[in-house]
Amino acid sequence: MKLGFLVDLNLCMGCKGCEIACKVENEVPLSSWRLRVKYIDVGTFPQTTRNFTPLRCNHCENAPCVRICPVSALHYLENGIVNIDSNRCIGCAGCMMACPYGAIYMDPETNTADKCTYCAHRIESGMMPSCVVACPVEANIFGDVDDATSHISRYIMEHQKNGGVQVRKPEKHTEPKHYYVGGGNQTLNPLAHERIEGYNLFNNITHLDHVGDPNHSILDRFIGGGHTHYSNKSLADEKIGSKTKEHETQGGH
Amino acid sequence: MVEHTIEATKAVVTLDVAIPGIIWGWMITLNMWAKSIGTGVILIGAFLLYRHNKETMPNIRWLMPLISFVALNVFLLFTLVDLHQPLRMINIFLHPHWSSAITVGAWMASLFTGLITLLALIGGMNEHQDFQRHCKVANWARSNNELYEKIFPYVVFLAIPVTLYTAVIMAQSSARELWQAPTELMQMLLAAFLAGSATLILIADDWEAEARKDLALVLAISTAFGFMMYMGEYFFSYKSAEAEETLKYIHSGGTYSGEFWVAMIFGFLAPFFLAVSSIKEDNKTTLRFAAIIALVGLYLAKDVWLKIPQLLPLS
Repeated sequence: MKLGFLVDLNLCMGCKGCEIACKVENEVPLSSWRLRVKYIDVGTFPQTTRNFTPLRCNHCENAPCVRICPVSALHYLENGIVNIDSNRCIGCAGCMMACPYGAIYMDPETNTADKCTYCAHRIESGMMPSCVVACPVEANIFGDVDDATSHISRYIMEHQKNGGVQVRKPEKHTEPKHYYVGGGNQTLNPLAHERIEGYNLFNNITHLDHVGDPNHSILDRFIGGGHTHYSNKSLADEKIGSKTKEHETQGGH
Repeated sequence: MVEHTIEATKAVVTLDVAIPGIIWGWMITLNMWAKSIGTGVILIGAFLLYRHNKETMPNIRWLMPLISFVALNVFLLFTLVDLHQPLRMINIFLHPHWSSAITVGAWMASLFTGLITLLALIGGMNEHQDFQRHCKVANWARSNNELYEKIFPYVVFLAIPVTLYTAVIMAQSSARELWQAPTELMQMLLAAFLAGSATLILIADDWEAEARKDLALVLAISTAFGFMMYMGEYFFSYKSAEAEETLKYIHSGGTYSGEFWVAMIFGFLAPFFLAVSSIKEDNKTTLRFAAIIALVGLYLAKDVWLKIPQLLPLS
């Protein structure tokens, strides 16, 4: 068995239902994402299109994160899922340096690396990943790519003519188990589109100041008088609060 | 005008999450810099001991391992401090994953530091016979003086992989295209030669002029080759679109352009000319100045090279 994911970008309408379902199911802290939907506008007005690309861990068969992890916190499950054992992780961030898809984040609450596990806990109980269940248009297709009769295998076979099924960064030879239908260079290549600082639709935060707890080190614990415990609420107060104040002083609504 | 309407050239991100900032920051720079000193003084020290009589370099036998010991402890301290879960560092020894260069490096660096501690202890106690005269460990070190020469060749041999393994970590960091070049191995080795020669210059005041000349030569060669390799990356990089995009941060107008050129000029070019002039005339002050700016420049160069690939969006 080899579990894989396919997203039909022709169906995705950018509702972010999967993103929210993932956040809730896995209690992903604020400022961190296991799954996110990126909006990319292509073309010049009036000939413009808005494209939506859900991005998550690719569960590569040749995963660089598994290779670099010094303590095997990142490991393969028998069903092909690249899983993470947070209790073993030392927080070296080597996996964040290795993952070509930027799919791994440092959890600010546990100070360990974390990422999409295809909802391994749900699959163990015979359920589908939460993002699959939440998708209103069934753009997320999940299943066993080793089984030729599974929905995902049939979907791949149906669409693979003329390069209709793509993966991200195939040149990295990571053999991703996450496929896209209806994607193109602009939607799947992060360097093919421009990121204009401060002009995003609903926010103007384009770079995080720090990933994980900014006071994580031993020195901070001695000098700073203790380790800061972050929760969704404290992060919201700190990050969103300061942004709101800044926004208000700039005359925002 | 019409070219601006082509879809292929007009794609803008209109909604996304924030890009993670720099994850491996100044602590990792300091870690690499200190390791270059820690291994470099051993490699260059061995070269000097091979070329010259040790009596002409009176303090090298104890100061060389002592400097290496201090530098390696700085390196290990900041490796530990940079972890988000530093107390779990023990997992590298309890649950090692041998495909990871981080694991292999941690084991080798720990063994290397252990051997260097032994050398520093034997060298230091035999140099200072009156220090801790009743201490059992000190006396054991004095009575096993010959052990120093026995283990020194193994230490020199081990210094090479300890110097190089960081390049393998960078190679395994496959998301960062700039670090994927085989030249990283040579840069690590040259950094160790540069840092080792520059550090030994600072303690070489009482050494014979020929030994200082050798140090100046090593410094000149390592700065010249280091500079040429950086320039090769700067001008000839053809590796990939990601590497090209990364190099824009040090090209004209880039965020790290200033720091990069300060490192190149004051850390590589200036020390090269100063070291060459010191080979002709044995000017201790000039050579010391060259050594200090080379060490500062090396830190800045490593800092830039570490940070710029982390600024790119990966997805």
